[in-house]
Amino acid sequence: MLKTFRLGGIHPKENKLSAGYKIESIEIPSEVTIPLAQHIGAPCQPVVKKGDKVKVGTLIGKSVGFISANIHSPVSGTVFKIDKALDASGYKRDAVTIKVEGDEWEDYIDTSDTLIKECNLSSKEIIDKIASAGIVGMGGATFPTHIKLMPPPGTKAEVLIINGVECEPYLTSDHQLMMQKTEEILVGITILMKALNVYKAIIGIENNKKDAISKFRSEIKNYPNISVLPLKVKYPQGGEKQLIDAAIGRQVPSGALPISVGAVVQNVGSAFAVYEAVQKNKPLVERVVTVTGKDVKKPCNVLSRIGIPLTNLIDYAGGLPESTGKVISGGPMMGKAIPSIEVPVTKGTSGVLIVQTLEAKRKQMRDCIRCAKCVDVCPMGLNPTLLMNLTEYSEWDRVEKERATDCIECGSCSFTCPADRPLLDYIRLGKSTVTKRIRERKD
Amino acid sequence: MSVLLSAVATLGVIGAGSAAILYFVGRKFYVEEDPRIQEVQDALPAANCGGCGFPGCASFANACVIAESLDELNCPVGGQNTMDIVAGILGKTPVKSKKQIAVVRCSGSCDERPRLNLYDGASNCSIAAALYSGDTGCSFGCLGLGDCEESCNFDAIHINPETLLPEVVEDMCTACGACVKACPKDIIELRNQGPKSRRIYVSCVSEEKGGPARRACKVACIGCSKCEQACAFDAITITNNLAYIDDDKCRLCRKCVPVCPTNSILELNFPPPREKKEKEAAAVAEA
Repeated sequence: MLKTFRLGGIHPKENKLSAGYKIESIEIPSEVTIPLAQHIGAPCQPVVKKGDKVKVGTLIGKSVGFISANIHSPVSGTVFKIDKALDASGYKRDAVTIKVEGDEWEDYIDTSDTLIKECNLSSKEIIDKIASAGIVGMGGATFPTHIKLMPPPGTKAEVLIINGVECEPYLTSDHQLMMQKTEEILVGITILMKALNVYKAIIGIENNKKDAISKFRSEIKNYPNISVLPLKVKYPQGGEKQLIDAAIGRQVPSGALPISVGAVVQNVGSAFAVYEAVQKNKPLVERVVTVTGKDVKKPCNVLSRIGIPLTNLIDYAGGLPESTGKVISGGPMMGKAIPSIEVPVTKGTSGVLIVQTLEAKRKQMRDCIRCAKCVDVCPMGLNPTLLMNLTEYSEWDRVEKERATDCIECGSCSFTCPADRPLLDYIRLGKSTVTKRIRERKD
Repeated sequence: MSVLLSAVATLGVIGAGSAAILYFVGRKFYVEEDPRIQEVQDALPAANCGGCGFPGCASFANACVIAESLDELNCPVGGQNTMDIVAGILGKTPVKSKKQIAVVRCSGSCDERPRLNLYDGASNCSIAAALYSGDTGCSFGCLGLGDCEESCNFDAIHINPETLLPEVVEDMCTACGACVKACPKDIIELRNQGPKSRRIYVSCVSEEKGGPARRACKVACIGCSKCEQACAFDAITITNNLAYIDDDKCRLCRKCVPVCPTNSILELNFPPPREKKEKEAAAVAEA
């Protein structure tokens, strides 16, 4: 019996159309725009000005505040402007635009493909290197990686869990990365274990990626204390708390961090970025993005520099199909529809999904029939229909009591609702309002 | 017969005993309340809308009685009349307050502000605003999903189905401020209603620079500062590419209205400026 999490979960159609396609590099356009807020936390301060020459890897945005991550130039060229630019939500945020000239890397970066296994740095040195490289959670939440590696006082990490689940339908970027960069990821995991001072790492992979599981199993012999754990195909298996439950059978209490049960979860993409940052001095300037959709001519996994507009990626995959109804940044379950395809790739862009008009249309919401399907599928054990109603009537105290802040926004409730009620939309509103109220109360 | 009598007697004794207990308990735990609180509360409109900043009319009445002066206290629903009555009850000096009204600072109707994409999520402005900037090129403008309409207790604000913009019913609006709080884009503002309901305001909240603002919406304020120069009373300021008319300084001279190149300054309830046009025509003819 394969392991999985206890509560709820759904099984949407996988539609991994781009599964077999190797990662291809995408050409750099003549101009890229790099947003200064690509992570959870405070946006970066620009440290370049108009007219400055930059190389690939030059620091352009310095992190300010505790939760923040550096941003480096993904291209070489001249800073053209520092101005507000459209981000994936349609709001204008600070960004640096660079006119591209050639592809010259900073001297300290090792751009060769040779695998470097040995790492003799101390835990603190590793964490400093990761912090300066600006690595964030590559699964989409974009939480700065180095902060997860510094457990708060009084807590101790016991096990490192590597998230190679990729439970979102359509997305295959992590899958391809695991297939092509297996050893690099394993070295990255050893480095992370050293940084955290733990002696056990588990790589969780959903059982629909059997080739990745066997690849890891064959390579793992040379890496002690790392094990591979095939997991049942169930959404949201890749949720942090769900993965911890499946891998080590512990439940993170409401409102607590995973470290409270001794676990630290990192994405495989992050593990690979850690390898590159620590062993090759390479900051996070590119990532693997899946470009897919039912009518897309050539679904693919591309290695894209940060800042390249999504249109370029879509053109690479054969252009925008005529049937396009929606373009989603991320996967179909947790991704967000974007108002314009001119927005750039950021550190958190795991995929670009082009949805057909018919499938994109949301159905008219009807009355709740009280079937409790949403209650059954909620992986956090919440009551989505109640939370939606309470939010609708602004009963914020009760929304808080019903643990809206525990919602991981996986969308299982909206997916399963036979009356097509926008449960998640309302719960998200309730969650953000309650979070705001809690913060105000603390101040 | 004796059964009947004993029953009546027993019940009578129990009743008398309970009454005595209640009487003494009532005396012992009597809460002294200023009788004026009830009086003031009776004078208030009982809308319990929260427009005064208090949870309801009862707590506002309490605040009025406790307060030394009525300077900071105003019931927007009842207006001057109610506050005068309250001041009379309490023997305090009434404060002159200007009658206010909610004003929608966005004119980006469907014709002026083309829709670039389609939102079909939950029909709620707060949800839409948290997700993305809106279905037009302007990330500041009205989303048109009607959170303000829903928040209004007085049926005074409605979304016009043709323009998809909210419109305020002047006679019904009490300036309680519920819609101001409900709007996630901060488009609605409470402004002085002005004599004969005449008022002038910048009907735009876009902080976008001129070019992009204009491209997104034909009636956007582009921050050109022409109105600022035209104003003789220093009532207009420009911050973040957006003009704002201070309604306490504005003398309703209307000089700023014609100079606005995008017609984003609106004048309401003024008679049509006939004379001026004639004069202009004469000047043109002379030239």
